[in-house]
Amino acid sequence: MRILIFSGRTAKEILRDPLNLGFGLGFPLVLIFLLSAIQANIPVSLFEIGSLTPGVTVFGLSFMTLFSATLLAKDRDSAFLQRLYTTPLSAPDFVFGYALPVLPIALAQGAVCYVAAILLGLPVTLTILYAVLFLCPVSLFFIALGLLFGSALGVKQVGGICGALLTNLTAWLSGVWFDLDLVGGIFRKIANVLPFVHAVEMERAVLNGDFSGIFPHVWWVLGYAAAAVALAVYFFLRQMKRQ
Amino acid sequence: MDAIKAEHLTKKYKDLTVVDGLDLAVREGELFSLLGVNGAGKTTTIKMLSCLTKPTGGDAYLLGNSIVSNTAEVKKSIGVSPQETAIAPNLTVRENLEFMCGLHGFSREKRKQKTADLVERLGLAQVLGKKAEKLSGGYQRRLSIAMALIGEPKILFLDEPTLGLDVLARSDLWDVIRLLKGKITMILTTHYMEEAQALSDRVGIMKDGRLLALGTAEELKARAGKDDFEEAFIAIVKETV
Repeated sequence: MRILIFSGRTAKEILRDPLNLGFGLGFPLVLIFLLSAIQANIPVSLFEIGSLTPGVTVFGLSFMTLFSATLLAKDRDSAFLQRLYTTPLSAPDFVFGYALPVLPIALAQGAVCYVAAILLGLPVTLTILYAVLFLCPVSLFFIALGLLFGSALGVKQVGGICGALLTNLTAWLSGVWFDLDLVGGIFRKIANVLPFVHAVEMERAVLNGDFSGIFPHVWWVLGYAAAAVALAVYFFLRQMKRQ
Repeated sequence: MDAIKAEHLTKKYKDLTVVDGLDLAVREGELFSLLGVNGAGKTTTIKMLSCLTKPTGGDAYLLGNSIVSNTAEVKKSIGVSPQETAIAPNLTVRENLEFMCGLHGFSREKRKQKTADLVERLGLAQVLGKKAEKLSGGYQRRLSIAMALIGEPKILFLDEPTLGLDVLARSDLWDVIRLLKGKITMILTTHYMEEAQALSDRVGIMKDGRLLALGTAEELKARAGKDDFEEAFIAIVKETV
């Protein structure tokens, strides 16, 4: 019950911030519409809607890290978290309360992106629903990162690391804007050991109905999600003990 | 009965002793102020007594429960209004209060009744639907105290409750605190002399983590041989240099 109450508060804090709505919803939608408009005017298939949308949905999830990290960092800085430590909330209540409500927000963001894509000509198939569901492990990875950074960093640092660095890493190393093979070399190798390109490839395979194509990408995503969750819980409990 | 009894309470951070062997007893229903300049150890003392940080040495007993070995029982009987205004910024005043009610496991009926009671006592009626981040400093402090009172604590910790407030907001908050006097044991930390003198039953003067003097404002003035409380504070603090 306490988890639900705390989750409700987390959701309200995130959804009532107009900047969060702007970046979380507006930015991915602008990207989809803008890049689709570019695609309509170029002779090559660079931003074809079926390939673009999975990439943008994964990119959009990087903002979940920013939202959850900012909220947790603000709560620590403002001593609101200290107040909560004097209540009957337990460690699992805190971890689930900060993380769980962001998951439906993340899935809703993905769903809105696919609706926009449908308006731009993406064929309506059942695989769109599967693609939204497969955003769950990817969302979990980004949400756990948010818990990790929010536990370890101050508000200003969160803005820099999560707002600037992580979103750019997700963009450049995921193959959303360009084929990573065009760059190749060490760049491609680095991208291959990070989860971003695997998340996008997994999403593209699901959307195309190629469920064998999700391998081995799904293992990378699940592995990184599990590691992020473990580290997030460790860092949260560590800061809880310190405070 | 003593609501709070601290025995050689100590807090060290590596080589720095922040609270040094504090012995203190606060009676039930008393408003006790910890007065001292910045860095005296007041906030650290509050944090130890409210189980937010573990002591390095010694112990304290709140209503008979140890802060070292029985923190769960201690937490059930305390409320804390931290120095930083600890409120949920994007929730309204009502939502902040109902949120705290929910965390304490109150039924829907009790939440409504509790919220209405605190709104009236703390004078929050006209800002009930306002987002907490949009409130003035004075109202934010009132909300912070209201949230600390939600759990029906027997002991309330107020850490620098009027810090940063203008003179009118401070006066209003003093009135609110006076209404609570006698009904609940309160520990208040402040570096404002007039606040300690105006509100407290007894005052403890701290410096460098140690309790230098303890008594009513009149007793402290008499000890220092001064007519003015601020001069008495300065004399007591300086006589230990």
